[in-house]
Amino acid sequence: MSDKRDITLTVNNRSYSIRVEPRRTLVDAIREDCGQTGTHIGCEHGVCGACTVLVDGAPVRACLMFAVQAANKEIRTVEGLGSVDNLNPLQRAFMEHHALQCGFCTPGFLMLVTGVLEREPDIGDDELIDVLASNLCRCTGYQNIIKAVRAVAHDMRQARSNASA
Amino acid sequence: MKPARFEYHAPTSVDEAVQLLGSLAAEDGRILAGGQSLVPTMAFRLAKPGHLIDINAIATLGQIGSKDGALEIGACVRHAAFHRPVVAGPLGQLMSTVVRHIAHYPIRQRGTFCGSLAHADPASEWCLVAVTLGAQMIALSTRGARTIAAEDYFTGIMTTALAEDELLSQVRIPLLAPDTRFGFREFSRRAGDYAIAMALVTFRLDGGTIVEPRVGIGGAEANPRRIPEAEAALVGKPAELTTFRAAAEIAAEVVEPMEDMQADAIYRRDLVRAMTRRALEQAAQ
Ligand SMILES: Cc1cc2nc3c(=O)[nH]c(=O)nc-3n(C[C@H](O)[C@H](O)[C@H](O)COP(=O)(O)OP(=O)(O)OC[C@H]3O[C@@H](n4cnc5c(N)ncnc54)[C@H](O)[C@@H]3O)c2cc1C
Ligand code: FES
Ligand code: FES
Repeated sequence: MSDKRDITLTVNNRSYSIRVEPRRTLVDAIREDCGQTGTHIGCEHGVCGACTVLVDGAPVRACLMFAVQAANKEIRTVEGLGSVDNLNPLQRAFMEHHALQCGFCTPGFLMLVTGVLEREPDIGDDELIDVLASNLCRCTGYQNIIKAVRAVAHDMRQARSNASA
Repeated sequence: MKPARFEYHAPTSVDEAVQLLGSLAAEDGRILAGGQSLVPTMAFRLAKPGHLIDINAIATLGQIGSKDGALEIGACVRHAAFHRPVVAGPLGQLMSTVVRHIAHYPIRQRGTFCGSLAHADPASEWCLVAVTLGAQMIALSTRGARTIAAEDYFTGIMTTALAEDELLSQVRIPLLAPDTRFGFREFSRRAGDYAIAMALVTFRLDGGTIVEPRVGIGGAEANPRRIPEAEAALVGKPAELTTFRAAAEIAAEVVEPMEDMQADAIYRRDLVRAMTRRALEQAAQ
């Protein structure tokens, strides 16, 4: 049974026409078929969050969706945030606050936080901790991740209140 | 691991989904809702369904609203929809309190209320809500529609009264009277884990005494259920700690706890006692 499907995935505003079996998970398609390997795979069963990407703005576990389900949706991955020479504010905050060591979990955290802050810009500090508990990091002990994210959330709120003043 | 092969179907209407399920159920055809329980099971190869019928493209199943005194929740309504109250009054508040305990933010963006009811994990928060508040499940198949009451719905660990060819198209939960108080407490080892034990209670107060108490316990037995003996100990009593202690003690005595890697029966019984008392105290505040 080689019931492969031709689908188009839109990753960071670029279209990829790919042919996949229905059982191909979204994260495998992003990495193997679209060649975007910034998104990592840890557990493959929804526990670790390394595979987190944005699908139509919502942070989701890309190991728990099939690629065919993401056809014609807008997918965003870590490659869409900033470049090595031009990191975005969240990436810079992770660096400044030492929020990564080995970096394996980092793309997942960055996409999780990007999605949550876009959708819930007024999220409180306690709720942010709850959100950050979604993903696993074996290195940092989380404290510096929390610091980095709070700093960015704070800056975003500041920028908005300046803009509305 | 990677899921085994399956054929993928993406119907765009409820009728089409029901027809597909009717003809493919015999070949282990299954509904794919949020995929947050099914896909992990497939990755472990504990499930190897021959066909998946993806209901995510059926717009009408995403509807939620109140009608005839009940909250109607369609099969594609995600956990995240409950982050903010979906109806005015205590029911919306109750559900937005409970939803924070289900998995994690990204999982709640995909997982569905009805999927939780179909999956029927012993420690599912939504299953506890459904039994405690007397929900009704609407099951559709090529044979027609039927309504299953919560007390007849759960039949064992991860098993329900739904037949293999039935789509759980909607769940209805009766709205709560405006002065209904509620309390919810669960214990799990890490944030987002399934609970080892949990309690959901509701009651109203009439001049300081308790009326219409409901006490639901989840995570302790194969399925969540109401504990009538504990409810009887609350009726007509003052809403105070001694009453709550007595009811919690009864709940702990009458449950027959499961034992697993996380907790033995003695520990679960202790947790049932503590969660029940704390939920009652929360409701009284
Ligand atoms: C890391 C992690 C932690 C989690 N923690 C919790 C937790 O603390 N509490 C909790 O309750 N859940 C938890 N979950 C599970 C989550 O809530 C799931 O979303 C839920 O159990 C199933 O809903 P779903 O829509 O994802 O269903 P799916 O995974 O799509 O389906 C589950 C099963 O139900 C069947 N099904 C689904 N919808 C229907 C329908 N409408 N009609 C007929 N059959 C149907 C499917 O065929 C399948 O057999 C967790 C999941 C993960 C990955
Ligand atoms: S790889 Fe997806 S959650 Fe771990
Ligand atoms: S930095 Fe190593 S796992 Fe998070």
